[in-house]
Amino acid sequence: MGQDNALPITIRGVTKTYGKVFALDDVDLDIHSGEFLTLLGPSGSGKTTLLMVLAGFTRPDAGSVSFGDEEVVRMPPHKRDVGMVFQNYALFPHMNVAANIGFPLKLRGIAKDEIRSQVEDALGVVQLEGYGDRGVEQLSGGQMQRVALARAIVFKPRILLMDEPLSALDKKLRERMQIELRHLHEQLGMTTVYVTHDQREALTMSDRIAVINHGRLMQLDKPRAIYDHPANPFVANFIGESTLLPVEQHNGVATFDGVPLKLSQHDQGIGPLLMLRPERLVFMFEGDDPDFNRFNGTVTEVVYQGESFLVYVRLSGGEEVAVRSVSQHRSLEAAPGIGDSIILGLHRDETVLVSEV
Amino acid sequence: MTASISPARNAEALRRDERRERLLLFGLSLPALIMVLLVILVPVGWLFWLSLFNDEGVLSTYNYSRMLESKSYVRIFKTTFNVSFLTTLICVLIGYPLAYFLSQLSKRWATIGLIAVLLPFWTSLLVRTYAWLVVLQRKGLINQWGIELGWWETPLRLVHNLNGTLIGMVHIMLPFLVLPLYGSMRSIDFDYLKAAANLGANPTKSFWFVFFPLSLPGLFAGITVVFVLCLGFFVTPAVLGGGKVIMVSMKIETLIDLFFNFGTASALGVVLLVLTLAVLFIAHKLLNLDKVLGSGGGG
Repeated sequence: MGQDNALPITIRGVTKTYGKVFALDDVDLDIHSGEFLTLLGPSGSGKTTLLMVLAGFTRPDAGSVSFGDEEVVRMPPHKRDVGMVFQNYALFPHMNVAANIGFPLKLRGIAKDEIRSQVEDALGVVQLEGYGDRGVEQLSGGQMQRVALARAIVFKPRILLMDEPLSALDKKLRERMQIELRHLHEQLGMTTVYVTHDQREALTMSDRIAVINHGRLMQLDKPRAIYDHPANPFVANFIGESTLLPVEQHNGVATFDGVPLKLSQHDQGIGPLLMLRPERLVFMFEGDDPDFNRFNGTVTEVVYQGESFLVYVRLSGGEEVAVRSVSQHRSLEAAPGIGDSIILGLHRDETVLVSEV
Repeated sequence: MTASISPARNAEALRRDERRERLLLFGLSLPALIMVLLVILVPVGWLFWLSLFNDEGVLSTYNYSRMLESKSYVRIFKTTFNVSFLTTLICVLIGYPLAYFLSQLSKRWATIGLIAVLLPFWTSLLVRTYAWLVVLQRKGLINQWGIELGWWETPLRLVHNLNGTLIGMVHIMLPFLVLPLYGSMRSIDFDYLKAAANLGANPTKSFWFVFFPLSLPGLFAGITVVFVLCLGFFVTPAVLGGGKVIMVSMKIETLIDLFFNFGTASALGVVLLVLTLAVLFIAHKLLNLDKVLGSGGGG
């Protein structure tokens, strides 16, 4: 990872309102040099607005954006020297592939021969050698995506922005491109800011994820930390599935349904909400593993979903939770039926108390 | 294999249904086809037929040979094309910036702007043309103001000549250029301009490298419409040209009104029609060529 091909981004107090609605509400964010950071949030959360502020297409009402040491918040887009991949690719329809990719080089006054060789190199990077003469409308969605990427990196920007670049592709291609983009980032090393509403995509690709909702930064952390230790109910619900149930505090001990909860040693667990994720719950059969918290319940529904199946369980307190198991011969055989009384287990290391806000 | 022995299930019946549907559709469009035949093809055919008879009612090519030999006819065609070309050129010079301006406005203001462009359409052509006469003549509004403000001393010759014809025709023709152009500019995805800016193009470069090429189809469409309409224009050059600008349509009018010479008038009409079709054909070729170039000449 060449740190000299990359610039850190510092965002301070960026605010943008549309009418009375805050698209961005006093956002502070430090993006490290060379990292792959994903802005993740539902539609209308402000993640795209933040990206547009970085690209210079949206002028914030207030705040500061720096690339390295340079303040850019008032700099027009064409002077920012950042690469960008648009959601719909925005390939110029009146130019062929080579002209599209060569366009930023032409604007920088680079000689024709040099442009040709750099365009060839960029086509090589995205594995489209020999496609230079093609018209844009002759390309498949995946190829357009690669051309857009080649155009965004050909002038060696130190920051690369991507606005849901894979959303128009089908699932298989999307998953392959996720890995490819990840490798490409490792190879080129530029600071990358990636916008998506797809949590799985964010978890797959990112060094860190910034979860955004209502124009505010909800949590900023590594994918694993975001998933395992969500900072608030929004993150817990938006990333992965979870049921949050209130716990009581007795003399500083968190209890659920009258039973003290076993928590992992290093987890301080101060939040008042117990997070139950379907894939973390297991059926307890016999023995009494001291590392597990136990919950009694009755099966209300069993749903087969192909690679996995869901068992809905009503706990003795009346709350409904789901348990996900992989569809394997053994687990399917052992699956309970509707109406069965069962005991659910949750390992202490996976027993997480989420704070309320 | 099996199909050759026993026909595929329902294949024959399905084919029959499809044929019947096609016939039905043809039947529906038949009245319109007949209408086109009666209103366009028959009169044009008749026109052509008339043009083949000389003054004595004898079959001859006299009407056409006369057009090639007589300098006055050649001059009329030259004037017609000249006026049409100049009108189109001025329309482009005024209309392109206007359409660009409208396309950059918000939808609401653009609609208001478009209504302003279209408003003259709701006034009779004749009224508008005579209004120009009032404004432009020797003692008209413009000359009065110009002289009172001391900008010029003797009245400018703004009307009863080529100037007046061009002013009037540009005024009439401008919407025909602006409308298709505006439509094509509106349909340019804003992301293309964002992409251009992101890649390092300042607003001027972004315009010339991206916006302008993408607006060309609309511009060509507008140019074609304006030019072809100009070729057959009558009222405005007749009123504002003051007899100094004689276009084909005016000559036709004189031939019939004054000399009752249907043969020559028809021949003029036929030649104008052929030339107009030629212009359309060339424009079509140019447009297609543009599309081929647009795809990068690949494939």
